[in-house]
Amino acid sequence: MVTLKINEHEVKVAEGTTILSAAKTLGINIPTLCNHPDLCVAGNCRVCVVEQKGARTLVASCATPVSEGMEIQTNSLKVRNARKHIVELLLSEHRADCTKCYKNQNCELQTLANEYSFGEHIFLDLVEDHNYVIDRSSPAFIKDDSKCIRCQRCVRTCAQLQHVSAIAVSHKGSEMKISSFHDRPMSHVVCTNCGQCVNRCPTGALTEKTYIDQVWDAIYDNDKHVVVQTAPAVRVALGEDLGYDPGERVTGKLVTALRQLGFDSVLDTDFTADLTIIEEGTELLTRLKKVLVEGDKTLALPMFTSCSPGWIKFIEHKYPHMLPNLSTCKSPQQMFGALAKTFYAKKRNLDPANVVSVSIMPCTAKKYEADRPEMRSSGYKDIDYVLTTRELAVMIKQAGIDFRTLEEGHYDSVMGVSTGAGVIFGATGGVMEAALRTAYEIVTGRPVPFKNLNIMPVRGMEGVREATIKIEGTMEEWRFLEGVELKVAIAHGLVNANKIAKAVSQGKAQYHFIEIMACPGGCLGGGGQPIPTNADIRQKRMEAIYAEDMHMDLRKSHDNPEVTAIYQEFLEKPNGHKAHELLHTHYTERESY
Amino acid sequence: MKNKGLTKVDLIFETVDVRKVMQKAFEMTSEEIIQQVLESGLKGRGGAGFPTGLKWKYTAAEKDPDKYIVCNADEGEPGTFKDREILDKVAPKVYAGMAIAGKAMGARKGFIYLRGEYRFLLPQLFVELHKFHKMIAEIGYDFNIEYRMGSGAYICGEESALFESIEGRRGEPRNKPPYPTTSGLFSKPTSINNVETLVTAMMIIEKGPLEYVKLGTKDSRGSKVFSISGDTPIPGIFELELGMTVQQFVNEFGDGDTKAVQVGGASGFCVPRKKFADTIIGFEGVPTGGSMKLFNSSRSMYNVLHNYLEFFTEESCGQCTPCRVGCQQLFKGIEKVKKGEAKSTYLNELVKLADTMKVASKCGLGQSVGNAFKSIVENFREEIIY
Ligand SMILES: Cc1cc2nc3c(=O)[nH]c(=O)nc-3n(C[C@H](O)[C@H](O)[C@H](O)COP(=O)(O)O)c2cc1C
Ligand code: SF4
Ligand code: SF4
Ligand code: SF4
Ligand code: SF4
Ligand code: FES
Repeated sequence: MVTLKINEHEVKVAEGTTILSAAKTLGINIPTLCNHPDLCVAGNCRVCVVEQKGARTLVASCATPVSEGMEIQTNSLKVRNARKHIVELLLSEHRADCTKCYKNQNCELQTLANEYSFGEHIFLDLVEDHNYVIDRSSPAFIKDDSKCIRCQRCVRTCAQLQHVSAIAVSHKGSEMKISSFHDRPMSHVVCTNCGQCVNRCPTGALTEKTYIDQVWDAIYDNDKHVVVQTAPAVRVALGEDLGYDPGERVTGKLVTALRQLGFDSVLDTDFTADLTIIEEGTELLTRLKKVLVEGDKTLALPMFTSCSPGWIKFIEHKYPHMLPNLSTCKSPQQMFGALAKTFYAKKRNLDPANVVSVSIMPCTAKKYEADRPEMRSSGYKDIDYVLTTRELAVMIKQAGIDFRTLEEGHYDSVMGVSTGAGVIFGATGGVMEAALRTAYEIVTGRPVPFKNLNIMPVRGMEGVREATIKIEGTMEEWRFLEGVELKVAIAHGLVNANKIAKAVSQGKAQYHFIEIMACPGGCLGGGGQPIPTNADIRQKRMEAIYAEDMHMDLRKSHDNPEVTAIYQEFLEKPNGHKAHELLHTHYTERESY
Repeated sequence: MKNKGLTKVDLIFETVDVRKVMQKAFEMTSEEIIQQVLESGLKGRGGAGFPTGLKWKYTAAEKDPDKYIVCNADEGEPGTFKDREILDKVAPKVYAGMAIAGKAMGARKGFIYLRGEYRFLLPQLFVELHKFHKMIAEIGYDFNIEYRMGSGAYICGEESALFESIEGRRGEPRNKPPYPTTSGLFSKPTSINNVETLVTAMMIIEKGPLEYVKLGTKDSRGSKVFSISGDTPIPGIFELELGMTVQQFVNEFGDGDTKAVQVGGASGFCVPRKKFADTIIGFEGVPTGGSMKLFNSSRSMYNVLHNYLEFFTEESCGQCTPCRVGCQQLFKGIEKVKKGEAKSTYLNELVKLADTMKVASKCGLGQSVGNAFKSIVENFREEIIY
């Protein structure tokens, strides 16, 4: 333990603690910009500087570990002067047209500007001296260099959490900026559209591409029937943008709010999550049979999940030779889209040309996914607009809805019934757990041998997790699996995905089935979720997801009556012809550099 | 004020029997070597002036079996060209300094980070290095040196940016602590020394510290190689004893019309004529990595400052706010004042900004922009405004 004094208060903290964290334990707040709890320390914005007795210069509190007997002032004249200068310097390079900015009211720079820099600016406006570029090429997000404070959070996110490095620092001095490879448009680099950078950008320099106005237009158009689906992770995070603490489940109010916004039908992605389990589970069992029993060499094991579009783009760029290992199942969002303009339209007697399908997602990569040319199996664009959790919160505010006082609503039918298995898709390990709940039962006729169906070994926040489940007491058709130890692995965050993908690629890992989610924590930590994010917030969202599961009457995808019905009425059988046409897809090799 | 006057010295370029020095050092213990360098009072010649003996001692105290000695030959400071001369003339002495440092600290590997523009020296340097490696192996040293090339960025001369560059990343300075002596190149304990520092240390071993402390002053022991340029009839490289005043220096090197001397390059201080007599060149007055640039009365100090600020605006690595934006503000700011588009009192705001840059920038570059800026604005204010 180290003892030091901060603003005359003595405090004891563990060795290696930063001054910033030590101050926090005393309730002393030091402003920060480049610092982010998920990322390594950068120490480049300098707004967190404090005065250390005896030191030649001020020190960056985020980057300086405490030492015995240290005496720190966080608010001295010298500190305040420097901080004000730093904020003013940032603003002098910054196109601060806040009223036009998507991050208005939710911007760390703006907050600091309010505290340190109201009134006349001291320094020259340098905005016009810079050749700022706005890159709107990505379908998922916009990169506006005129709003960038060069904190490099995005760069660290993309490299450390995602192992992609689609963006990096280029040039030096006044020209220093965040660039893509050779300054190519973001749509033409290795970027996975995961939006993790967007989620951590403190300003409006990286924001999702918003489709709020297009959705309003569709809602107001009387000729259109607008259906909306909500992803599992949205219901445990939306509250954060509407004044609730992290981890609050707002499913019922979410449904009511969507109805009040004017959507014609409020449906649930969890329904197609359940459907995914049937399709993907069947695909897995079929692959196992063909590979293990029939020695089919055209099919690859292990099988990777395919519901995370950021992961899909990652593997398309980085491990194209493993594309055969991907499940051919579309993501739940896209399954939903394909069914909305076929099955649903028919059922409701609608002309699919007049159906507008909107999805509310924790994810920015879903915007990209919806734009993929393969995603038109209904004959139309299967998903017209993807909104993030954050965009939905904006719409709710725009509509003047008092969210707290809303009644608890229920999803419409059809395509609104779901199970706990669909809900847990929102957390890392959830797809695996849902798949096991169903596959094990198909094979043995018995539920998975875990208390309350909770398969604890696949849960948690560890970046890479492995589990083995021994299959015993198989039914006749599945005898070949008798005694097989089903080896599964789970990774979340692309840096962890890469570890597994690499091991598989090098033949160093023997798994049957691998769940991968591009974002830390799975969808609950998606790039489209409320800002800020950190391990604690993600943990709370995860607990909420599992609580939601426990509260569902149905917990297993194959128990979903709407799923059973849709096979009888429309899809015929899992992995059947029609299912393949609408619910499965293929992948594209992409260059990597 | 007592000072030593101007004495030319021949230490760095003196011809010595390198093999004999290496033999001598081989028979000394690590502690003895470090003790002698400590006693000599030698401070780093790369600009920051950290006591060399202490740097070695800290590195020696680290337990890690892998340690490095890095020779900083990036020589990017405008107006400095003495390291090139040293490598050109007495490279074996540089190698010897590194091997001795290696022995003192327990490092078996050395890197020389050579300024890209000096690539033309490499063929000759390799030949000498090959001979040197053979010679020390015969004596019994387990030590080996490799070259790494710089890529033309001034910031890569800053020690931690230099490590990043050798490690294959963008040359951005790191946070300190940790200091290089605990976590430097490849995160291993590292002593990084300037070319001249290493040669001086080697000569201290050769002559003994008692001989060395006869030169210089209490705060600035020994002698130093100066790169002299600007309005002087005799530009070039000169080795001088430390402790002289700027006046004595100007008497020797000026053209009779010297109005200011920039001591220490762009990141150093500008000394105006009225302060020549009272200013000692050394750590008690104006420190220098070696660059001395003389300006006569035909020079516009506005242009001088403008050049320096343009240099920093381009050469800042750009990562930290005070330096990246501060440099641009100072640069554009004096232009505005000069053109009459900003009030002359705006200079006062800029001086305050320079103070912020000094205390809040992440590395030595941003921290020292204010040196030239303030010393020129304070001493030549009218030239900046009118
Ligand atoms: C911007 C910047 C550039 C530097 N360039 C050099 C250089 O070219 N050569 C050098 O020896 N030291 C340079 N330094 C100083 C080094 O960081 C370091 O202090 C020095 O190499 C240590 O060696 P010494 O103790 O022998 O002086 C530079 C420092 C800064 C901040
Ligand atoms: S990024 Fe922040 S400060 Fe800049 S315009 Fe947007 S809201 Fe305003
Ligand atoms: S969206 Fe993801 S992959 Fe693309 S730049 Fe951002 S962090 Fe990197
Ligand atoms: S884009 Fe955002 S996160 Fe990236 S450096 Fe700029 S301000 Fe920081
Ligand atoms: S002070 Fe300048 S050179 Fe140093 S880290 Fe900051 S921006 Fe880079
Ligand atoms: S928050 Fe500490 S330097 Fe940016």
